[in-house]
Amino acid sequence: MSEATVKKVDGITRESTQAMIDRTLQVYPEKAKAKRAPHLAPNDPQATSPCVKSNRKTVPGVMSARGCAYAGAKGVVWGPIRDMVHVSHGPVGCGYYSWGTRRNLMSGINGVSNFAMQMTSDFQEKDIVYGGDKKLAVLLKEVKDLFPLAKAISVLSECPVGLIGDDINAVAKRMSQELELPVIPCNCEGFRGVSQSLGHHISNDTIRDYVIETREFVEEAGPYDVALIGDYNIGGDVWSVKPLLEECGFNVKATWTGDGEIEKIAATHKVKLAIIHCYRSMNYMARVMEEKYGIPWIELNFFGPTKIRQSLRKLAERFDDRIKENVEKVIAKYDPIMQSVLDEYRPRLEGKKVMLYVGGLRPRHTVGAYEDLGMVVVGSGYEFAHGDDYERTSPEMPDATVLYDDASEYELEKFVQELKPDLVGSGIKEKYLFQKMGLPFRQMHSWDYSGPYHAYQGFPVFARDIDMAVNSPTWKLVKAPF
Amino acid sequence: MSNELGLKVKPVTGISPEDEARVAAWINTEDYKLKNFARQALVVNPAHACQPLGAELCAHGFAETLPLVHGSQGCASYYRSTLNRHFREPAPAVSSAMSEDGAVFGGQNNLHEALENALALYKPKMIAVFTSCMPEIIGDDVSAFIKNARQKGCVPPGFLVPHANTPSFTGSHVHGYDSMLLAILQTLTEGKAMEGRCTGKLNFLAGFDANTGNYREYKRIFSEFGIPFTFLADISEVFDSPNDGTYRVYPGGTPLDDAADSINGKATLSVAPYATSKTMVWIKEQYSGVHASLPMPLGVARTDAFMLKLSELFDKPVPASLKAERGRAVDAMTDAHQYMHGKRFAVYGDPDNLGGFVAFLLEMGATPVHLLCSKGSKKLERELRALLDGSPYGKAGKIYMNRDLWHLRSLLMTDPVDAMIGETHGKFAARDAKIPLFRFGFPIFDRVNLHRRPIIGYQGVINMVTEICNKFIDIKDETCEDRFFEMMR
Repeated sequence: MSEATVKKVDGITRESTQAMIDRTLQVYPEKAKAKRAPHLAPNDPQATSPCVKSNRKTVPGVMSARGCAYAGAKGVVWGPIRDMVHVSHGPVGCGYYSWGTRRNLMSGINGVSNFAMQMTSDFQEKDIVYGGDKKLAVLLKEVKDLFPLAKAISVLSECPVGLIGDDINAVAKRMSQELELPVIPCNCEGFRGVSQSLGHHISNDTIRDYVIETREFVEEAGPYDVALIGDYNIGGDVWSVKPLLEECGFNVKATWTGDGEIEKIAATHKVKLAIIHCYRSMNYMARVMEEKYGIPWIELNFFGPTKIRQSLRKLAERFDDRIKENVEKVIAKYDPIMQSVLDEYRPRLEGKKVMLYVGGLRPRHTVGAYEDLGMVVVGSGYEFAHGDDYERTSPEMPDATVLYDDASEYELEKFVQELKPDLVGSGIKEKYLFQKMGLPFRQMHSWDYSGPYHAYQGFPVFARDIDMAVNSPTWKLVKAPF
Repeated sequence: MSNELGLKVKPVTGISPEDEARVAAWINTEDYKLKNFARQALVVNPAHACQPLGAELCAHGFAETLPLVHGSQGCASYYRSTLNRHFREPAPAVSSAMSEDGAVFGGQNNLHEALENALALYKPKMIAVFTSCMPEIIGDDVSAFIKNARQKGCVPPGFLVPHANTPSFTGSHVHGYDSMLLAILQTLTEGKAMEGRCTGKLNFLAGFDANTGNYREYKRIFSEFGIPFTFLADISEVFDSPNDGTYRVYPGGTPLDDAADSINGKATLSVAPYATSKTMVWIKEQYSGVHASLPMPLGVARTDAFMLKLSELFDKPVPASLKAERGRAVDAMTDAHQYMHGKRFAVYGDPDNLGGFVAFLLEMGATPVHLLCSKGSKKLERELRALLDGSPYGKAGKIYMNRDLWHLRSLLMTDPVDAMIGETHGKFAARDAKIPLFRFGFPIFDRVNLHRRPIIGYQGVINMVTEICNKFIDIKDETCEDRFFEMMR
């Protein structure tokens, strides 16, 4: 990146940001301070290595927003696959809390052809003492009996399963043959790893080991066959991106895993290109498919007209003139529509400051969409990122703005108090804290019960939501006149 | 590489519309219901959470108290976000963030670090520790860990660290609430019992009640009576805090000194026999004064019993204002009875709520048909049976203990009703059955401000009657033929 394109924010320097970080860390005990300090840093857009340390164990007691491996497996990767039953194997809680709380929408009929439900083995004390393998075998039969159209069953281990030494893999193998139905064991106990991230990785590995290559598309392969990977259909995102890709002339053979179908996922080794949206949760399978089947992958960003335009052109580069022409037509078609959205909202949002703290891809991918609206992102960070995520983030963020990895609630609160953003975009656990401070907030994991935010259908919704959050007259009532 | 299952490679076929239609029809049948009720191992859509969630709710009810989940950090995030979604409020809680090495070496170091860091960052007066699965399975001795933490200086001398064992593989959020409440009261009242002292106050326990409007309503009733009180685990200010531009980590809760002195109370009253059962056994042994347990005051009769008990405990007549309120509630019921009489209901939820909903329906001449608790007991079954048997409107009622919302769906399809009373998770079944769901329970993720409107007491009766009857009137207005659409209802 050239010096000329480095973005700056008035009043934010490397020194000012570092001083803010140092002030924030003052209150920590020495050991915790030493652990947290490398996770907080001013951004260097031209850095050749990640600005902050990441993917390390959570510091106990600081109030991290992180989830666990099970959350990454059930909530993120497996849960959105609509035509299979996902069994939360263990006590009742994990499946209960992750039931319908991610907004990965799906087609089909609930309990018939989609299974967005809480299916659990509901471990009791006796299952802990005697093991849950026998119960699991019975349960799998019952699933097949009661949900005959389910195309497969995933068995997602909760903490106790790994701790008591159950062998779900053996049960799954035996029952797959008995039921003539894929039963996929996923050893994603919540204590594994440091965050949701390992759950993504484990799930990718189980797709590699148990799913991919087990199906083949009936129709003949074509030159424009692609798969959309790492779009989870939050608030209908897939239903915005897929038609756009189709309008450009592609055949979207499978979506991973938003509104996904397991058979199509199993046949994805036959596509020509993997389009990756959430790199963090799906890069593992993208690499596998590249190495094993020679399928190249491309990371694209569908937030906001600037990034959508860039992404479509980058995508077209991989294909022939037909696609290139289509893409230009599509861009020409949507540009004026997007311009009208910008004309409406940008004047009300110009210069407003945003702080983000999310997961996956959003702390970097949404930066361009905010900038399209004239806004400035003055801080960003991830719950469960790795170094390669921060490498991809630094060039997107303005110089010297603060980056925070696995931020504690205390840190976020201090940074917000000092930077005084006009909007905070983060999760449900953070939402009401900042709203109590009188600050506009949008949930950026779930699109705050709105969406889609992806692609051309999504941007007008995003722009409207950001405008209504920032400019809602309700914020003006926070201070009483007496 | 792939296909470790040994299955043949097959074509992508998808689910045919014919199959989908066939199964969609089949799951509504009696045949499916029989299969569904024959389940032994699989639980589908249970209407209960695990113990630590209840423990966290309870801990939030004490002033300047930080809940600490000893276990994996993902657990803490799940409980917090559940409370955030229901109340639309912050729910600050920390975890000891145990991971794989904790499984090998135990969680002592994690707990010590968590206590030290939480104290430095969030400056609580009390840290309420409760466990999720992992430390329970590996056998962490939390009591010893906390003793050691004091010796190591992770917490200052005398700092309060109650702890409860709340494994997710026994009980439900209701039991976790009870265990945490017991631990907190044991810790706070230790050495505080004073011979001859009487606070003159009522100690009040509401149990796992996530309706802040109910808390405010209880307090208003006590004030009307002129009864001084200590509301134990008072979440009303914590989960219904004002937005005035300042975030407070601890916006309310029972003052710790008041809770400590509750052992010298004049009387202790619980309206949550199921969610405070262990606590009340202990209170009866330890607390001075008189002790009583009543069902949650839902409906007129149960509210009457509540008023009479308060009157008896404090030797005060029921104030005229509350008597007038009773009259207004009855007026609301008589005015509206025609919109509920004979209407058939399915009811599900926590043990302390269920009986109250049923009692209220029977008072209105409505017919409770399916009564379901996904974590019930013989005792609850007997209580519900007695309620149904005591009313001519209870004859059609059937009780389902330890059944889930997928069972309930079968019941709705084979033996239809007009409406459901429950919480958000029943909305899929309600939609399939094309009936309204009245969200009186916990959690409510999909409607705003319902946790702020009380359902207990006489005012609660008015609120429930209003919500239910107007919905039935709405349905009539929305679905009737044009020629039957009229000005008055």
